[in-house]
Amino acid sequence: MIVIKVENLSKQYRLGVVSSKTLAADVNRFLAKVRGKEDPMMTVGVENRLNTVDGDYIWALKDINFEVNEGEVLGIVGKNGAGKSTILKILSKVTAPTTGSVKIKGRIASLLEVGTGFHPELTGKENIFLNGAILGMTKAEIRRKFDEIVEFSGVGKYIDTPVKRYSSGMYVRLAFAVAAHLEPEILIVDEVLAVGDAEFQKKVLGKMKDVSKQGRTVLFVSHNMVAVKSLCTKGILLENGMIKEQDLIGPIIDSYLNQFAGKGIINNEWTKSNAPGTDIIKVKSAYVEFKGSHITVNTPFNIITEFWCEEEGFPVNVSMVLWDKNQNCVFNISTENIELEKGLHKATFNIPEQLMNDGYYYVQNYFVTNSTPHFIHNEANAFEIIDDRDNTDWYGKWIGAVRPNFVKTELL
Amino acid sequence: MKGEDKYWTEVILPKKGNFDLRLHELWHFKDLLSLLVRRDFVSVYKQTVLGPAWYFIQPLLTTLMMWVVFSKIAHISTDSLPPVLFYLIGNIAWSYFAACLNKTSNTFIANAGIFGKVYFPRLIIPLSTVVSSLFAFFTQLILFAGFLIYYVYQGFDFHVNIGLLVIPYFIFLMALLGLGMGIIISSLTTKYRDLSFLLVFGVQLYMYITPVIYPVSSISVELRKYILLNPMTSVIEGFRYAFLGKGMLDFGQIMYTTVFSIVVLLIGVLIFNKVERNFMDTV
Repeated sequence: MIVIKVENLSKQYRLGVVSSKTLAADVNRFLAKVRGKEDPMMTVGVENRLNTVDGDYIWALKDINFEVNEGEVLGIVGKNGAGKSTILKILSKVTAPTTGSVKIKGRIASLLEVGTGFHPELTGKENIFLNGAILGMTKAEIRRKFDEIVEFSGVGKYIDTPVKRYSSGMYVRLAFAVAAHLEPEILIVDEVLAVGDAEFQKKVLGKMKDVSKQGRTVLFVSHNMVAVKSLCTKGILLENGMIKEQDLIGPIIDSYLNQFAGKGIINNEWTKSNAPGTDIIKVKSAYVEFKGSHITVNTPFNIITEFWCEEEGFPVNVSMVLWDKNQNCVFNISTENIELEKGLHKATFNIPEQLMNDGYYYVQNYFVTNSTPHFIHNEANAFEIIDDRDNTDWYGKWIGAVRPNFVKTELL
Repeated sequence: MKGEDKYWTEVILPKKGNFDLRLHELWHFKDLLSLLVRRDFVSVYKQTVLGPAWYFIQPLLTTLMMWVVFSKIAHISTDSLPPVLFYLIGNIAWSYFAACLNKTSNTFIANAGIFGKVYFPRLIIPLSTVVSSLFAFFTQLILFAGFLIYYVYQGFDFHVNIGLLVIPYFIFLMALLGLGMGIIISSLTTKYRDLSFLLVFGVQLYMYITPVIYPVSSISVELRKYILLNPMTSVIEGFRYAFLGKGMLDFGQIMYTTVFSIVVLLIGVLIFNKVERNFMDTV
């Protein structure tokens, strides 16, 4: 059974000159227009686009068509600005589409922003009622679920205290508890993973799982691919306001990550004339080598630096220091020391799969001769490792500098 | 096609009818209305020293000032009524109207946060302000009753009259007009912020062309027809007639105010409805 049907949905935003914000400015513009002069509000050097029909607009969404069946958990992914939030805003009726239509069967509720309309001066109890009503519940409904909401939120003792005295954690928990008890037929979840502590995230996603298990429909927007992969069945990939791909969630995530191919990776190459180094050591390149379009925690890869040695028999070992983005050293590993022939050399560091954690890393190369650094190549190259987990109930950031899976574990 | 329409509970389209108020939806959210009123009620004077006493202090100080300036210094007529009663009732009625107008006029700007996140019929917010402002109004009316009793005891000649029966209707008219004007302004302020500055003294100026500090009877005949064009004139005069026995209770004028208020409200709803759909894109 189809519960959401989106047809030819487009949303247009006006750009630039729309908000002159003051009446005087608009009067000026109007007068200028009447006299056939240039719009005084236009940026200098930009031709007056008010005369053109379409130049001043941007399409945030263009010709979006999709259907969602009952009980489906649909992941909507895409880069920032791809139009994910706009779709959700239209679905939750916060803003109207420019063209096209959305048909919905059943009550729709969103966990877009929990705690909307909470008033700091009111007690937890009063806020439950107010927030519930804003989200579309009747008083009777809220009264019926009140105990459950309080239980779920875990703030029972403080329910008669104004929420301004709450810790931010309690506040969010209470707000979420209300939203979670809406019992909508269709639930919209947007980036909740960005807020709250680990326990809270678990609660949110647990609730989402419950909801989908009960055969209700969920739309999930997130940048957390681990969560999307574990929770969703189908997916939509948005790009520049258009649907690029609709498929099962696996291929969608692959395509999404492909959009970032090469993005988090900085490979460097130099010519002999501009090569960093010394008279003896000149660096030709520093890069990573891997199969596919991106490095995940399950991808083996090589960190490589190539350099010219200008002195016959110069003794060198290349010592590679890997730094994370917080400037912590992850590890330092060195090649053996050999007396180099004059010419091009290549140092390769073989990183196995399932050793590194996800994140950004910088490579620093030491060219060491006789146990003293001859040349230090800072930030020689950089790369990003993307997380990839299956069958997990924990979607947050995996902590630690490394995630070595050769460590054998045993629980008796 | 008809059957398919029934299948969906909600169809979101780019435009809806200008007067499609979705009253059933408004009805569904009636509990929200009462909870918002309750919120205003509970929260407004929290953490103030004097609390609800402010409801008394505001009209009392204004009345005192008017008495000194307009009666003692400027010698403006109070229709031979005790100045305190004359100014107090005018003030109380006027401040309800002004509150409706002022508070509803920033609906969109003040609630942009909520409006950007959840959908509920936006009209609920100005409606709730109009209702919650009644609390201050009635509290002040009790204050007035106290003064009235005192003055009657002192020999002021007061007779219960038919005007008292019309008071609820006057309140309704003020709510209607304040709401109508307020939502027009709130819709326009989403685009023109300077209107909110204009409003502050606009309301003040409006009070001076409304017979709050002078009676219509003191106005010359040729000026009077202009004063009568003001829809608030019959309301303030009616209040005075009902509570003090002097003033104006004119059926024609009340009908004029009624029609005027309804037209303003309709225009307001029209603009509000239009702005409501897309104001999130311009704020």
